[in-house]
Amino acid sequence: MAVLSESVDISNAMIVAPVSPADWLIVAPTVLTILGGAICLMMRKDTAAQPRIGVLFLALLVFATGGLFLHVLDKGVITMVMGRWLPPFGIAFTADLTGAALAFVASLVAFSAGVYGILDVDGSGRRYGFYPFLLLLMTGVCGAFLTGDIFNLYVWFEVLLIASFGLLVLGNEQAQLDGAVKYALLNIIATTLFLLATGLLYGLYGTLNMADIAIKTRQFGIDGPIATIAVLYFLAFAMKAAAFPVNFWLPASYHTPRIVVSAVFAGLLTKVGVYALLRIFVVLMPEARFQLEDLIALVAIATMLTGVFGALAQTDVRRLFGYLVISGIGSMLAGLAIGTTPALAGTIFYAIHSIVVMTALYMAAGVMSAMGGSYSLRELGGLYAASPAFAAVFLVLAFAVAGLPPFSGFWPKVILVEAAITTGHVWIAASILATGLLTSIAVGRVWVFAFWRGGPEGTPDGTAGAGALVAAPGLARPVVWLPLGVLLALVVFMGVVPEPMFQVTGRGATSMVDPIGYVRSVFGDSL
Amino acid sequence: MEAGLSVLIGLFFAVSVYLLMSRQIVRIMLGIAILGNAVNLLIFTAGRLTREVPPVIPEGAVTPLEQTANPLPQALILTAIVISFSFFAFLLVLAFRSYQELGTDDANEMRVAEPAGEPAPPQGY
Repeated sequence: MAVLSESVDISNAMIVAPVSPADWLIVAPTVLTILGGAICLMMRKDTAAQPRIGVLFLALLVFATGGLFLHVLDKGVITMVMGRWLPPFGIAFTADLTGAALAFVASLVAFSAGVYGILDVDGSGRRYGFYPFLLLLMTGVCGAFLTGDIFNLYVWFEVLLIASFGLLVLGNEQAQLDGAVKYALLNIIATTLFLLATGLLYGLYGTLNMADIAIKTRQFGIDGPIATIAVLYFLAFAMKAAAFPVNFWLPASYHTPRIVVSAVFAGLLTKVGVYALLRIFVVLMPEARFQLEDLIALVAIATMLTGVFGALAQTDVRRLFGYLVISGIGSMLAGLAIGTTPALAGTIFYAIHSIVVMTALYMAAGVMSAMGGSYSLRELGGLYAASPAFAAVFLVLAFAVAGLPPFSGFWPKVILVEAAITTGHVWIAASILATGLLTSIAVGRVWVFAFWRGGPEGTPDGTAGAGALVAAPGLARPVVWLPLGVLLALVVFMGVVPEPMFQVTGRGATSMVDPIGYVRSVFGDSL
Repeated sequence: MEAGLSVLIGLFFAVSVYLLMSRQIVRIMLGIAILGNAVNLLIFTAGRLTREVPPVIPEGAVTPLEQTANPLPQALILTAIVISFSFFAFLLVLAFRSYQELGTDDANEMRVAEPAGEPAPPQGY
């Protein structure tokens, strides 16, 4: 070993100041979930301990992301660089308000799913790794929301994808394998396109740090192959988000796994794609978004309408809700197409609303099937007579997903329609309103057939509660009220007291449109 | 060298897109494998190809003396290769299991999750 003759000043290459303790929160979500996943995996034969460990770590995750959210709300964007290398050389984790808020809501949803899974996932599901996969899925989701490095984003996408494969085939049934093949093939093509675009972007700017890319695209404008890169990113993330022409993996697969897995997928996976689209097209390449505006608007309208028409044509409630997930993605893309700060705030609000309400709807579908013995609108019936309280819960969720006041879906739609009209995007405004109407018909039909009608198809009108099997085990037990209650409380809170959400999403959108705080957090105040 | 590889990458993309549009799952999977390799080669080539010049800065200098290849794309594709390899292994098992269960590897005939010709949902009661 050569001994250095003179002392080297490492402050040119490395961050010498210690990381402040609160900033460690930014890596806590990924660290906690990997740790919890590993412990669950080691104890996978102990099926009694699995839910305890899983729910414990998911609760810790809620505290970590909640703390991070409050910290970011208080201090603004925070950054931590792995290995202490000076940016842009080390991999940076950068949490802005949008990322932190989404990570927090995603953790709440995952925690609810973990509790719901105690009832829904039996011995073999636990032995084959429901809780480890759920925790590792959350590693990928939180990592994607919090990373500040675009190649690292690719890695987190792969982490959440491989964990989702595991969850999807849990049970090994014919329909699951069929759906999983389509899901897996199309999603792998999407991530490969993402990698391709990232490689080209690195070739163009020589950096992978998002803040650095944001500076460089604003310096150099849209020179060179940036249009190609933008279209590739749009295609890749549109596939991930299940936007219209590339959404066919979603209806093929989302109704096949256990209902709790469907609930997590419907809440989280597509929204990570939407978040990536926001990050790329608002923070990194605003010029490219401006160029692609018409294409995004077209895709948004087509996604909204095909989604809701698909929902109207379904008999299976799980598939119906799957199409509603797609339809919601259209509304979020509409905000991206309009591109003004209020519209982007609407998109972020809609994403948070959709994460909560879609998960809750799938959980409610699980309870419906436990009570009525089926997912088919032909065989369900009489649930209102069986449990008026649960019928009321479903009605709240149905109002929320259709965008009717006073629940969470109303406000983002108001913001989006207003933004669309003030910027002259009349077609977008019309599509959002038409989609709202058609969605209320689709969920209203579920309400009429499954709850209001006396029993399964063929029951004479006027009969009360002939078809409900309330004694069914599993999800009809009272513990199910805890996860559903948490999500329901969020839905009602966001609807009745929207002011905090306006504040958070408005600030989140502002800091994305003008990422000066983001850049300063990475490179220091000199820029 | 770069020009030759660019042509090869183009060929890889053409072949993979052709295979991806096929109906047989096995062919689609071969397409995915080739697509992954095409992307890796593209990133590798974009990082410059120079033989036997280590990207090491000698003592006393601040930049490398000769033009060297950028090592970062190589690190990127190393990550991508590991990931795509593990995904491909999973896909092979998944495709084989679905062939066992469904008795077909034709994507048009895999209709268990989405049965063809489903009746319309009830219109009223």
